Amino acid sequence: MSNHTALHAKHLEAGAKMVDFFGWDMPINYGSQIEEHHAVRQDAGMFDVSHMTIVDITGAQAKDYLRYLLANDVAKLKEKGKALYSGMLNEQGGVVDDLIVYFFDETNYRLVVNSATREKDINWLNTQAEGFEVTITERPEFAMIAVQGPNAKEKAASVFSDAQKEAVQDMKPFFGVQAEDLFIATTGYTGEAGYEIMVPVARAGEFWDALLTAGVKPCGLGARDTLRLEAGMNLYGQDMDETVSPLAANMGWTVTWEPAERNFVGRQALEQQKQQGTDKLVGLVMTDKGVLRAGLKVRCEAGEGMVTSGTFSPTLGHSIAMARVPASVGDTVEVEMRKKWVTVKVVKPSFVRNGKSVL
Amino acid sequence: MSNIPSELRYASTHEWVRNEGDGTYTVGISEHAQELLGDMVFVELPEVGSSVSAGEDCAVAESVKAASDVYAPIGGEVVAVNEDLEDSPELVNSDPYGDGWMFRIKAEDASEVDNLLDAEGYENSIDEE
Repeated sequence: MSNHTALHAKHLEAGAKMVDFFGWDMPINYGSQIEEHHAVRQDAGMFDVSHMTIVDITGAQAKDYLRYLLANDVAKLKEKGKALYSGMLNEQGGVVDDLIVYFFDETNYRLVVNSATREKDINWLNTQAEGFEVTITERPEFAMIAVQGPNAKEKAASVFSDAQKEAVQDMKPFFGVQAEDLFIATTGYTGEAGYEIMVPVARAGEFWDALLTAGVKPCGLGARDTLRLEAGMNLYGQDMDETVSPLAANMGWTVTWEPAERNFVGRQALEQQKQQGTDKLVGLVMTDKGVLRAGLKVRCEAGEGMVTSGTFSPTLGHSIAMARVPASVGDTVEVEMRKKWVTVKVVKPSFVRNGKSVL
Repeated sequence: MSNIPSELRYASTHEWVRNEGDGTYTVGISEHAQELLGDMVFVELPEVGSSVSAGEDCAVAESVKAASDVYAPIGGEVVAVNEDLEDSPELVNSDPYGDGWMFRIKAEDASEVDNLLDAEGYENSIDEE
């Protein structure tokens, strides 16, 4: 039996092709994945991300708990509403999940974690909470819609109330605010400006329709994947998982080492990995015909690796990928494609930002 | 239900064949196949003048989702390929039985066409998938 989001009927209404996504019946596209991709790069698109898990962390020791739970340090969060991206590690220094944490005050935070890992995450949150005075509360009463693209904020604002417009006015990137019945955040997974909006389940369909009328194009998981990959953002389960160090997944910047006395889950293992050195996650660019795909073998002088995510980039018109390779990799690697070894370029894992190539 | 024109013949591997009446046969992939593959991003076609045998993989349709071999439904010489697909692979999605055609074969043994499915047979083969 598959799970349905509050917007399931809206997807069918819009002619979506539905697929199973880790137990959720979700839209892969509404006709053309590439057109949806371009809508987000050039105008405004929206994604149903209600399958993601919202968890509130409250209580006297909420801050202490999160400083222990996460590799990034919530003590950096000073301004109300500020968000932080972090890995949640196991004792072996592998990634249990990646998440966004919003700060309201030192006794009140909100996490957004992946849907595929929901059960595992909730168990993990509860296990690690032992000895901390915190309350962990899932918030299934919210649906979530990501509105993304150069015109996303303007189009979304046209369906906001005056109070909501005022609340998001001048809001910097990576903040969230509760404005009347909506939680509106300047976050996303596409490399474009926009909002991720939590809306009460009962009003989700109506809100979706209002955005549709405002000219926001429905986009499926297919476009979501090509957009995030162009933006160089990791996908949990593909670019990293419990067996992969954040240092080998381009997440080194999310690990806060100082102060040295802060103990967080996985710290000891991570310090060892840092000392010994790890593989690294790089970007690959192939301008010849063909598409790099996850799982393809990679080789270079320094050793072997693997493509973790690969796709055709609709914005660039050729294939791009992320690959885990030895740290001393050079400017090119070879990838085995259809029984042939093809030479491709190695770049930083970021390809497109704000509609433009960053290659 | 996807469109399966009755005047065409089909391979169970989702290619369609149209008899041009001059000993040549045009080949493409069915509407059902392009739906399964999703947006096409590259199409690799055989060389004009090359010879193919029935069932041989001779083209590749690469979509956002996967790369799929396209098989020659009948044997013969490739006498034309659709060069428009080089710049506009999406024609395979928008017009699979028309502008999205892939290549044309001069049949070596026209009776091979009789081994292919008719529209009804192809529809049944899809239903069984």
